[in-house]
This record gives sequence, C-alpha cells and structure tokens, in this order.
Amino acid sequence: MQLELVSVGHAYGPVEVMADISLTVPTGRIVCLVGPSGCGKSTLLRILGGLERPDRGAVLQLGQPPAGCLNPLTYVFQHFALLPWRTVEGNIRLVLEHHHLAAAERREIIDDVLARTRLTDFRAAWPRQLSGGMRQRVALARALAVRPAVMLLDEPLSALDSQTRELLMDDLVALWTRAPFTAVYVTHNLDEAVRLGHRIVVLSRRPGRIRAMLDIDIPLAERAGAAGELAARQAELWSMMRAEAEAADRELSDG
Amino acid sequence: MVDQTHSATGARPVAARPIAFRGGGFAPRPVRHVAPALFLVLIVLVEAGTRSGIISNLTLPRPSAVALTLYDLAVSGGLMQHLVPSMRRLGVGIALGLSAGIGLGVLIGLFSLIRAGLVPLVAALFPIPKIALLPLFVIWFGIDETSKYALIAFGTFTPMVVATYGAVDNVDRTLVRMGQSFGLGWWAIVTKIVMPGAFPAILSGMRVAIAIGIILLTAAEMLGAEYGIGAYILTAGSLYDLEKLFAGVSILSMLGLMVSFVIGRIEKRMLDWR
Ligand SMILES: Nc1ncnc2c1ncn2[C@@H]1O[C@H](COP(=O)(O)OP(=O)(O)O)[C@@H](O)[C@H]1O
Ligand SMILES: [Mg+2]
Repeated sequence: MQLELVSVGHAYGPVEVMADISLTVPTGRIVCLVGPSGCGKSTLLRILGGLERPDRGAVLQLGQPPAGCLNPLTYVFQHFALLPWRTVEGNIRLVLEHHHLAAAERREIIDDVLARTRLTDFRAAWPRQLSGGMRQRVALARALAVRPAVMLLDEPLSALDSQTRELLMDDLVALWTRAPFTAVYVTHNLDEAVRLGHRIVVLSRRPGRIRAMLDIDIPLAERAGAAGELAARQAELWSMMRAEAEAADRELSDG
Repeated sequence: MVDQTHSATGARPVAARPIAFRGGGFAPRPVRHVAPALFLVLIVLVEAGTRSGIISNLTLPRPSAVALTLYDLAVSGGLMQHLVPSMRRLGVGIALGLSAGIGLGVLIGLFSLIRAGLVPLVAALFPIPKIALLPLFVIWFGIDETSKYALIAFGTFTPMVVATYGAVDNVDRTLVRMGQSFGLGWWAIVTKIVMPGAFPAILSGMRVAIAIGIILLTAAEMLGAEYGIGAYILTAGSLYDLEKLFAGVSILSMLGLMVSFVIGRIEKRMLDWR
C-alpha cells in the first residue's frame, strides 16, 4: 500500500502551518521528514494518519493494505503513549482486544512482537519500571502487533539519550531488514534521518513547504559501515537547513 | 591564617578543608512508632491531669472512664442501637451521592453540551453549606430517614461531581489519541483509557466526599433523630455527660479512620501500577 499527499495545506486559524505539500510514500521504504521545529511535521503526520483533516488537498491510499493487516496507519509516539496501568503485555493486548481474533492467534501475535523487540522477559513489567528505551520498544511492539501497512513515527527517539537512541536505531534497522515495512519517520535529528531514511524530505520553516528531497541508496544494514558517505549527506542536508533553522529560531511564536 | 596562594607547581593549596554540606532536608520520610507513642503520651497526660485535678472534670473526662463507657455501651447493646442507623444513613446517602456524582462527572467530562449546562449549576450549588438545606429536605421528604439520606447524598454529590470531571479532564489526551489511532471505538476508549486514567483522582475525591458525609450525618442526627451517633452525642452534651460525649466522638473518629483505611486498601490493590 502506498500513500500519496496531493498539495496538502493546513492552517490553525490565522497561522498557516503548511502549504502545497505533495509527496509519495512508496511501499517498503522509510521516508524521513526533517525540518525546523514548528514547521508542521507533527501536523502533517496527524493528517497522514487521519487524526486531522487538512484544509486543502487530499491524502490518498493507493492499493489495498496487505492481508492480515489490522490497522493500516499506525503511530509510534514521541512520548510512547503507553497506558501506565497495563503491563507490557497488556499494552500490546489493548490494540488487539477490539479485533475478532482467536485467543490463540492473539497470544501468537503478542509472543511474536515481544520476541522481535526482545521484550519477552519483560512482558509482565509495568511501564514505570522500564527505561525510556524499553518503553519505546514496547510502543514499537504494539505498533507491529497490528501489522501496519504504514508506520507513522513522530520523533520516536527524541525523548531518549544518545546511547539509547543508537541502540534503538540498530533495532529499527534490524526490524526493517528482517521484514521491510513502509514508514514515515519525522525527526529533527539529521543523523537519524541519514541512518534510517531511504528518502529524506526537507521542509522549510512555517508555513512548511518541501524544500528538497534526497534519496540515499545505501541499504540500511550497511549504513553503519558507511560513516563517511553519510556524513557528507548529513552536511549537505545541514547546509540546506541551516538558514531556515536560524530564521525559525528567531521567530516570535504567537500561534 | 588561611593561605589561598598556590605553590608554583600548581599543587594543592596550603590549607585544605572539606566543603560544607548544605543540601538535604525537605524530604519527609515515614518514621515508625512515633504516632502511637504520641497518642499514648497524650492519653497518659490527660489521665494524669484529670486524676490530679489539674484538668477539671467539666473540661475533659478521664480517658479510662471514656473507655469504660465505650465498653458498657458495647456490652449493653446500645452501641449497635446507635451505630446501625448511623451506618445505614451514611451507607445509603454516600452510595446515592457518589454514584450520581461520578456518573454526572464523567458525563460532564465527556460531553461539551452537558458540561456547558451543568458546570455553572454545580459551581452555584458547590459553596452552599448543605446543612442549610436540611429544613428544606424535611419539608420535601419528612422528618424521618429519607431527608437524612437526601442530605448526605446531596452533600457528597457536589464534591464528587467536581472531583470526577476534573479527573476526566486530566487524563492524558495523547493516550486518547493513541487509542483512536489504533482504531479503538468510543466505548473502548472510555472504559479502557479515560476511566482507568481518572480512577486515582476519583478515589481521592471519594475520600473528601465521605468525610463530608460523616459531618452531615452527625449534623442531621443532632437536628432530629432518636438513635444515631449524632443523637447520642447531643443527648450526652445536654446532660453534661462528658464521658458519653467523648465516647461518641471517638466512635466518629474511628469511623473516619476506617473509611480512610478501606480507601487506602483499594488504592494499594488497584493502583499497584504507580
Ligand atoms: N491543535 C493545534 N491548534 C493550534 N495550533 C497548533 C495545533 N497544533 C499545532 N499547532 C501549531 O502549528 C505549528 C506546527 O506544529 P507541529 O506540527 O507540532 O510542528 P513540528 O512537529 O514540526 O514541531 C506550530 O506553530 C504549532 O504551534
Ligand atoms: Mg512535533
């Protein structure tokens, strides 16, 4: 299943958040959205996931979601959004309970995603007992449990320290390499973008427009060994963004 | 005498001393056995004071005499005679008030129209001292039990409504969005996300509401009841019988402690995720 944005624009009252965004998210690829803070990345992701209606333009779904998919557009949130009163397993079960599944199949799905995110030993733990990195793994497991057609990740690693972030990036690469998924990955971290993105979309400051697109052809699994090449790409991205970021930083916010 | 200069090699200054500690404090921690000890000391002081005559027997009764009165009351069956009607009034009134309060509070939390209509109304009812409405309830429901139920129900209802919709308002909206993003239906979001999220604050609202219920129970019983802890205390007071008066007051205190113990238990059991 492929997603297509057709000249999407949106405003909150008088504040124009984004304008004329057209973009394709191809199947089995990770598209990274980068841009200065406040440029509408989260809003765009909410529009993509059907949590917000765009004022102009449309979001199209091309093709059917694969068989067995329970929730085609699935979020991973920056602050994890785990229910603190449910255990790790309970949090994953939450998103399966309203689907008609046999108990055995539900168990199977839960066991499978716990194993894939290496959380099997933590299935009975409470979220408060887990580190930030583990919590985000639970959120990833929960997202994988509904077999999404497209994953929408809103700065999933921004609340983590840099070592944990490295570990989770490796996990994401391993997950994708084993079973390629389609994803839109919002970040303001250029390092994450060049490590995880097949395509990187640079947005301008508010109102967000597409300033540039950059495709990186190195396979995800090989990027850890291609530091030089990635550093060059990152520098290229930064040179495109620097002026925008500077201007966005000096902007008064009264929106 | 303190020489601040360093030697030419940059080695240690001549006078070395540990820096002064200025952190710590402002972190209360539980200390065991202090509360029972203080309680015991106070009882002993009053007992000694009343026995020696330093405290006149019109100021405070002897604690031992109060204990004896409680014992007699329990043995003679008088305790049950007063406690049972009190507990029934409290139970019925609180059950009505809390369930209506929680129900309406959740509706206010969930529906804008209900909120717009009822929040100002509740805000107007909230500050009325509910005991002022007892005469009205007597006119409406008669002098017997119903007016007491109504008073306690109404008095616990208003604080419970306010606590409940506040609790619902404070449920993390990103959790609700999360539920929506996984396709959970409205009812599933209310029962699995909103209600559990509001539950801790609803429980602490209950604590406050029940304490108010006990106040209203006593007041209502003082104003018109044959049996009940409030009536017992009032009778004792008009007879200058301080032993009985304090016996009645201790029963109320124990009642309050029991309620808070039970709620504490529920919190421990249901909120072990915190
Ligand atoms: N629900 C909302 N109501 C009004 N303004 C909003 C709302 N959500 C976001 N905004 C505004 O839209 C702009 C873009 O926000 P957002 O999409 O969160 O940016 P980003 O994720 O890129 O930092 C910001 O200026 C923000 O203040
Ligand atoms: Mg954002």
